Amino acid sequence: MTEMFDILAAAPFWIAVLRIATPLILGTLGVLLCERAGVLNLGIEGIMVAGAFSGWLAVYGGAPLWVGVGVAALTGAVFGLLHAFLTVGLALSQHVAGLGITLLATSLSYYGYRVSFPKVDTPPTVSPFAPMQWLDDLLGGGLSVLAAQTPLTLFALLLVPLIAWLLYRTPAGLAIRMVGENPQAAEGQGVSVAATRTAAIVAGSALMGVAGSFLTLSAFNAFFFNMVNGRGWVCVALVVFASWRPGKALLGALLFAFFDALQLRLQTSGIVNVPYQVYLMLPYALSILALVLVARKAAYPQALMKPYRKGER
Amino acid sequence: MRLEKRTQTSRWALVLAPMAAIAFTLLISALLVLWAGAPLGQTYVLLFKGGFGSVFALSETLTRAVPLILTGLAATVAFKARLFNIGAEGQLYAGALAAVAVGGLHGGAGFELPIWLLFALMMLAAAVAGALLLLGPALLKARLGVDEVVTTLLLNFIMLLFVSAMLDGPMKDPTAMGWPQSVALQGDLELSKLVAQTRIHTGLFWAVGLAVALWALLKYTVLGFDIRAMGANARAAAFAGVPVTRTVVLVALLSGALAGLAGAIEVAGRTSYVTLDMSPGYGYTGIVIAMLAALNPMGVLAAAVFVAGVLVGADTMSRAVGVPTYIADVIVAASLISVLVATLMTQYRLVWGRKP
Repeated sequence: MTEMFDILAAAPFWIAVLRIATPLILGTLGVLLCERAGVLNLGIEGIMVAGAFSGWLAVYGGAPLWVGVGVAALTGAVFGLLHAFLTVGLALSQHVAGLGITLLATSLSYYGYRVSFPKVDTPPTVSPFAPMQWLDDLLGGGLSVLAAQTPLTLFALLLVPLIAWLLYRTPAGLAIRMVGENPQAAEGQGVSVAATRTAAIVAGSALMGVAGSFLTLSAFNAFFFNMVNGRGWVCVALVVFASWRPGKALLGALLFAFFDALQLRLQTSGIVNVPYQVYLMLPYALSILALVLVARKAAYPQALMKPYRKGER
Repeated sequence: MRLEKRTQTSRWALVLAPMAAIAFTLLISALLVLWAGAPLGQTYVLLFKGGFGSVFALSETLTRAVPLILTGLAATVAFKARLFNIGAEGQLYAGALAAVAVGGLHGGAGFELPIWLLFALMMLAAAVAGALLLLGPALLKARLGVDEVVTTLLLNFIMLLFVSAMLDGPMKDPTAMGWPQSVALQGDLELSKLVAQTRIHTGLFWAVGLAVALWALLKYTVLGFDIRAMGANARAAAFAGVPVTRTVVLVALLSGALAGLAGAIEVAGRTSYVTLDMSPGYGYTGIVIAMLAALNPMGVLAAAVFVAGVLVGADTMSRAVGVPTYIADVIVAASLISVLVATLMTQYRLVWGRKP
């Protein structure tokens, strides 16, 4: 019990929680934007891989770190445009289109990595974002958990109120929510369903790309195969858990990261002696549990996964 | 940009659409080959030869096609009823693990069974294991409305970790020099080879037989009718008296069982023991195959052989000209997307501009 207390009282633990949460916050906000507009985007897993790879490749090629993040966002946006073409333009099955994009983005990234580095065994590294020590200097200390993070974490945290403001306080947000709830009515009000959905998917996918770039440009300094490892799917589960609300999405991501960081500590501390695989299962099992717990009151956007063809019912 | 339903589909469109899809896929892969700096023509020839160009190449392709046919059928029957089972990968591993567990009963603890009975039990256990793994998500979907896509996806990760724990612990082969692999099936439980000096085995007949059986089930039985009705319109089907929950459960059992059998047949026909890398994503590729086949069980046979040929051919081609094997996955993904678009184009026409 005291060991447990020691773990929870230590600053490195909370630093890890915030670090693990960052890609989940970015990815979950990305999925949230798409789904609020009525489109499921299962491309996220692949888009995160593509963002991780392209952002890292740009920085490896000499670009500044923020340009790398921009490249990752652009890569995400391009795949988002493809997803919008398939699901909004052609009204294809959102499930299948998303899975197709995950396959395409993942295999293109792996192919690109192998073409760029045919014979390397240890992945080449870049110098990633540094912790924000200036934050403590600026405010005279006391922010050690936040100051130990990189700027992308601050960006992710600031994005939560920004997206909430966008969704609930701007005409664009109203349009997004309308096309996600009742596209016929939105069209009647003069809102273009296709344009609004496309914009939401492209913006959301760009965030997914940035989520991926956090892995290679902040958390690690290289690109590995399987480095996304289901984080994208976890984001899809977190959006349901969050009832499609940005604030709750932040809460869900932090809660999830808390348990993920805890299992890492417990695994090495040897307090409980079970196979390490059991700890690794926890994040996925928790996601399923979260889905089941909120299932009864889950308020899906009414038009989610329903393709909209003008003039067809 | 908007879509307009075609009043009739011309024969030309039905022929041209798949051709356009193939052309688009070839174009994408051509750009990638050029990026890798390899000679384009030679690369395609090697890819084709490596997959289909000799008896050995063909036998490797068919060997690879067996699990793909089964996972493709698993996705087909589920998707037909709009149960989006993305968990075939986990179900395959569940089946493989169950097969080895039951197959290993032989001789141990004074337990003697006729070999045919043990083989039947082994296959049954694999089917049940796969089916049970999908039953949970299907019930959650039917009862609570939990999206099955995410639950089945996440179960893949959980199942793989469970297999890893078993291969590190209770089911570890003590003679495997520390490698995480299960004890091997004994020889008389393995499927026999079809051609000497190759790896193709009688599992191919199982796969083809199950494809025919599934085709007949969907076409001629009441369950098949219910499945197709639910796929067309779930609410209308419920209104018309289709027992929705029961059909979802039966579809889940059927789909999971097919994926579980894929694992058992891989073990009995090819690997003889379970490892963590026995499937390079057969479960996920099965979804692509089902879509390429337009959810037709007989089409699954053709699509699986095509995809297996690309995967096997890419290995040979990669060794010869150094284009990374990941190009096979790009080709598969690009063909999925282009076939989806092409199929749609036979039903709709694209009109540019706003006003009808």
